[in-house]
Amino acid sequence: MATGIKDKVAILGMGCSKFGERWDASPEDLMVEAYSEAMADAGIEPEQLDAAWFSTHMDDVGVGRGGTPMGIALRLPNIGVTRVENFCAGGSEAIRAAVYAVAAGACDIALALGVEKLKDTGYGGLPVATVGTYIPQWYPNAVAPANFAQLASAYQRKHGVDAALLKRAIAHVSIKSHANGAKNPKAHFQQAVTEEQVLKAPMIAQPLGLYDCAGVSDGAAAVIVTTPEIARSLGKRDLVTFKALQVAVSNGWEMHSNEWDGSYVHTARIAARKAYAEAGITRPREQISMTEVHDCFSITELVTMEDLGLSEDGGAVRDVLDGHFDAEGRIPCQIDGGLKCFGHPIGASGIRMLYEMYLQLQGRAGARQLGDPKVGLTHNLGGQPSQNVCSVSIVGREGA
Amino acid sequence: MFGITGYGGYVPRLRLARRAVVEANAWYAPHLAGKAKGTRSMSNWDEDSITMAVAAARDCLGASEDRSHVRSVLLASTTLPYVERLNAGVVCEALTLREDVEAIDMGGSQRSALSALTQAMARVRTGGGDALVVASDHRKTRAASSQELDFGDGAAALLVGSGQVIAEYLGAGTLSVDFIDHFRTTGEDIDYAWEERWVRDEGIGKLVPRAIATALAEAGVEAEKIDHFIFPSTFQKMDLQLARRCGIRAEAVVDALAAQVGETGVPHALLLLAQVLERARPSQLILVAQFGSGAQAVLFRVTDAIGSFRPVKGVSSQLATGVEEHNYTKFLSFKEQLRLERGMRGEQDRKTALSTAYRHKAAILGLVAGRCEVTGSVHFPPSRLSHDQGRPLQDTQKPYKLAERRGRVLSWSAESLSFHRSPPHHYGQVDFDGGGRILMEFTDVAQGDIDTGTEVEMVFRIKDIDELRGFTRYFWKATPVRTPSSSPTESSAATA
Repeated sequence: MATGIKDKVAILGMGCSKFGERWDASPEDLMVEAYSEAMADAGIEPEQLDAAWFSTHMDDVGVGRGGTPMGIALRLPNIGVTRVENFCAGGSEAIRAAVYAVAAGACDIALALGVEKLKDTGYGGLPVATVGTYIPQWYPNAVAPANFAQLASAYQRKHGVDAALLKRAIAHVSIKSHANGAKNPKAHFQQAVTEEQVLKAPMIAQPLGLYDCAGVSDGAAAVIVTTPEIARSLGKRDLVTFKALQVAVSNGWEMHSNEWDGSYVHTARIAARKAYAEAGITRPREQISMTEVHDCFSITELVTMEDLGLSEDGGAVRDVLDGHFDAEGRIPCQIDGGLKCFGHPIGASGIRMLYEMYLQLQGRAGARQLGDPKVGLTHNLGGQPSQNVCSVSIVGREGA
Repeated sequence: MFGITGYGGYVPRLRLARRAVVEANAWYAPHLAGKAKGTRSMSNWDEDSITMAVAAARDCLGASEDRSHVRSVLLASTTLPYVERLNAGVVCEALTLREDVEAIDMGGSQRSALSALTQAMARVRTGGGDALVVASDHRKTRAASSQELDFGDGAAALLVGSGQVIAEYLGAGTLSVDFIDHFRTTGEDIDYAWEERWVRDEGIGKLVPRAIATALAEAGVEAEKIDHFIFPSTFQKMDLQLARRCGIRAEAVVDALAAQVGETGVPHALLLLAQVLERARPSQLILVAQFGSGAQAVLFRVTDAIGSFRPVKGVSSQLATGVEEHNYTKFLSFKEQLRLERGMRGEQDRKTALSTAYRHKAAILGLVAGRCEVTGSVHFPPSRLSHDQGRPLQDTQKPYKLAERRGRVLSWSAESLSFHRSPPHHYGQVDFDGGGRILMEFTDVAQGDIDTGTEVEMVFRIKDIDELRGFTRYFWKATPVRTPSSSPTESSAATA
């Protein structure tokens, strides 16, 4: 039976570009920005990298396909570079590949880097994804806000939640993330918003208004991983190690049966269960110090709290409104502003989430530093609630 | 005995208020002021002659799983979307008819619906099984023209056979004469017409009575015995004039629905016939005539079996469930006469892989799912593997039709981000009665029409239009189940 990766791999260094409307930077520039910080943080030379994994989603508006865009942009020493793409979970997939390579003993030191240059698409929101030749012939010409907004209608019906109450709860999700993002100099949006602003914002996809939607941003993030032993040999102390890396992918059950009720994300529950088992976590509400979850839309974050077992089923509305996930709450969520305010360059997001966990666990998060976090959870959701890729990763202090 | 064994019709839900058109164009065409009364039917952006034909045929055929009795389909229209690609073939796929059905497109004149009908009679007479006659028109007119106000969109269907005949075929009269009252050359959208008085007096007034006389003579019926006389025309009281000239009683003249629907073109005679059959009594005589490149008249006698058939909805019911539309720019946009700003999202390439479409034509055009014979679960699209508690079963699915089943909305949203011809764009997950689930678009809806639990039914509609290559893609959409009592009378500004 697999023993998992708990404490087998440590973070040697991390870097993250400033996220936002980076009119000043090409994707290559963003990669260099994140990579340079990560290499300086790790204190190694390029020749010490054994392999790299490169996450980018949109090949038509970004850097193109394959591993060469990263190999060339970073002038890597002819190491293996593999492009990974798994919707919004691509960054977490790049981490998983690098960590697994180190854990397997195939590499001593591996790099994972994600980048996305969304603002070169020419309009707000995500471009329409290419999904082959069959699906477009019957599937709605759907956009992400409406796909995720459907969680709200189904959640409301399942739990008998008043529409106005749910709207207030998801408004609080955004208010909290804006408050957090205001303390983050690398975040795309750095200003607080009021409940009135959120509730009165233009409607994007019922019931989601403008402030219920994550930022569409340019950005890059990088992580360098190695074994705890090598990290120590390179002089590192207070190691942050991986406790669990799990991914669950839809098999069609949600849409090809009538069993799923549409109010939650099935794969998130599976990935969370497996991640907790791998990390040895039995009471997540007590043992998880903080989370960075895939708040592509405010309703997604609310539902995710239940999927991760951090709220009771049907209890997230109350927990959110009670401030349970605020920076001062029991389990802070999106301390860095989340997708909502830090931004969401698709291929980079999973690594950006890990970056915040790393800073917090090392006490390097500046104005937004939490008290004494020990274990952090990151969660990515790619695709849409009815068919998706979900990753749940847990990191913590060595031995935690 | 052979004749009509079933009938149905289709009138789009939207009814454009003529006053809105007249007022918008008053600066330019004040002479249209006299036409400001009533409404005309107005197809949604996702409707064309094919989709309306399917709707009328479904109204006629009913929800029966077995449609194998239909051996031929004759589709009459002068506004078919394809010049080459069998339009009737698309209708057959949507109706899940057998592949060995003979499907034929007919057109060329405004009387082609009756030509299709007489051809269907001939087929039935020679033992060719049931023939489905469908007529449908989605007419384009120029803005601020009389035709824009006079015309309407719609479709009608008749099933012709020798089984349970509800209206016996007695005879027909046909004249094929190259009298050009109007014409439209290949590639053009809009007719060019000649002077009305000449058309009325030298064309309709002289040619139609000859066709009627032939039909009556063939049947051995006297004109004064006719109970229902149907003659669609945009000329006011032309039907009454013809009746007088032919010796038909004025009371027999069937109201042409000008006040609500307008003149729908090729299907209009059959649409009126479908409505007459809803109220016709045994042994009544129905005379239907059409004019165009000559004239045609067909005569029926209603049988004692008339009460044995009911269309799914019927024309009268659809007339009662219309919604008045006051937005003239919406009409122009839906008719592709007003190019509205689409934004970058409207630049999306909607190319269709024809090989993929062919491979999955039953699922896409027929809405045929797969039902697992072991678990009973319904999969859309159908697949080789079925779910069974995490242990997939292979090759256990059998074709399972969803189009005639109702469903309920599990989840939904309406968004204003994507390019959509009638925002906000509504879609969501629909759970079908008896199993099956599809994430699909909603159509003919205004804000507030869709909620979780809303009961919906399926309609065959345009899915996408590939303007780069001129290809129209079809699929099914969900629309709320409506009854005359549940329908609003006026459209909100956001009717999709």
